[in-house]
Amino acid sequence: MEAFLHQVMAGLATGGVYASLALALVMIYHATHLVNFAQGEMAMFSTYLAWSLIDAGMPYWPAFALTVGISFVAGIVIERVVIRPVEHAPVLAVVVVFIALLVILNSVAGWIYTYTIKPFPSPFPQEMALGRFMSPHELGAIGVTLLVLVALFLFFRFTPLGLAMRAAAQNPASARLVGIRVGWMLALGWGLAAAVGAVAGMMMAPIVYLDPNMMTGILLYAFAAALLGGIDSPLGAVVGGFAVGVLENVLGSFVIGSELKRSVALVLIVGVLLIRPSGFFGKVSVTRV
Amino acid sequence: MPGAPILEAKNLRAGYGRTQVLHGVDFAIEKGSITALLGANGAGKTTTLRAVCAMVKAQGEIRLDGARIDGRGTEDIVRLGVAHVPEGRGTFLDLTTEENLRLGAYVRRGRDAIERDLERVFAYFPRLRERREQQAGTLSGGEQQMLAVSRALMLAPKLMLLDEPSFGLAPLVVRELFAILREIRDREGVSMLLVEQNAAMALELADRAYLIETGRVVLEGSARELQSNDGVRRSYLGY
Repeated sequence: MEAFLHQVMAGLATGGVYASLALALVMIYHATHLVNFAQGEMAMFSTYLAWSLIDAGMPYWPAFALTVGISFVAGIVIERVVIRPVEHAPVLAVVVVFIALLVILNSVAGWIYTYTIKPFPSPFPQEMALGRFMSPHELGAIGVTLLVLVALFLFFRFTPLGLAMRAAAQNPASARLVGIRVGWMLALGWGLAAAVGAVAGMMMAPIVYLDPNMMTGILLYAFAAALLGGIDSPLGAVVGGFAVGVLENVLGSFVIGSELKRSVALVLIVGVLLIRPSGFFGKVSVTRV
Repeated sequence: MPGAPILEAKNLRAGYGRTQVLHGVDFAIEKGSITALLGANGAGKTTTLRAVCAMVKAQGEIRLDGARIDGRGTEDIVRLGVAHVPEGRGTFLDLTTEENLRLGAYVRRGRDAIERDLERVFAYFPRLRERREQQAGTLSGGEQQMLAVSRALMLAPKLMLLDEPSFGLAPLVVRELFAILREIRDREGVSMLLVEQNAAMALELADRAYLIETGRVVLEGSARELQSNDGVRRSYLGY
């Protein structure tokens, strides 16, 4: 029982990271109806950036804040420079751009930082919290994730800019007619997604260690989480993220063994697509032909 | 025509891809008046409105209050005080009624004035106040049309472009809506360019009217003149 609880708690911690990354996916999907396959690699790159800053002697939290800021700007730049030109291109062309971005970021990270696995510091104290069930980093990661989610919710729900971003995603033509600069809202969405991804990467790195491929599996789980919750539902992405985290950990520890953990994500993806393609919170859209 | 026109178009040409829809349209809208743009399906009425606010590529000269606005982006033209009630109403279906209205004032600063205008549109359309927190997609067609007009009003516009506000509405609702448009013109001096298929009702509301056929203005005059024109009567008013 104790081991089980421990696995559930650990699952919640990684689940928070999946939730953040899934939310980043959903944010971009909402605005463009495309899944950004490079989201994980963008997060990985941000994490390396944080590592460089800390390695250069910067204290953890300033490095954290600076990384989030730089990632936000980098997200905007990527949208403007790389995604904008293929705005009206066929879906497959855009997907190829996403995959190119993934491969480029992965290789550049490997080239600069080598493929050697690096430890990444946790900002949280080393003493155990919550008895034996949860490490301080896991607890801290859940806290940071929840903070990010609440901040995003408040931003989208209560600020004029958040409202404008929702409007631009929903009805771009109409948004232009009330004066919203839709192109910039998309870029801002990319910036936010990159910033959220950066937080996810920095929270994950102390658990899985830092290497250029650290996000490959995590993106898969995040994708499963987003699908499970419904790819167009931010709430679904969050719930899905925590659910996938727990499921993956518990199944991996007690049922199928950790070697087959990743297949949990694949089974979930295929299962959701077969049984309930709109996920648990997604909208079912029916098209008349 | 007293004073300079609020909107003036000269030799306006526009189209979609290789299909040209407007072949040199000229018109002018007097300040504080309602001008109707009449014509059959496909004559180029909607395209004219879209050309004015740069939703389609257009050539020719467009002046707002004397200053050229052709070549500027839609978002900038909105900032100059041109509110467009688009074809199909342009409702943000997943947002609430109030959020839709607040988006109408997106480019404005001055919180107090915006709150006052929110009260003002609720006074014109009390039904919207009742539906304030409701998701706009659940409103009836008539309510969505009121919402679209109200969203445009939230800009505190100089000029409103209305694309078939009567479309799909019951005659009684259209009458109600047009009465409010008249009130808005009289009380607030908002100029309007009204595109309508329902020529009879449009001519009752409008001060002036233009008739366009296949992308050209074929007739213009006061609303009264057009009402009594035999050709207009036979083809568009049906008596």
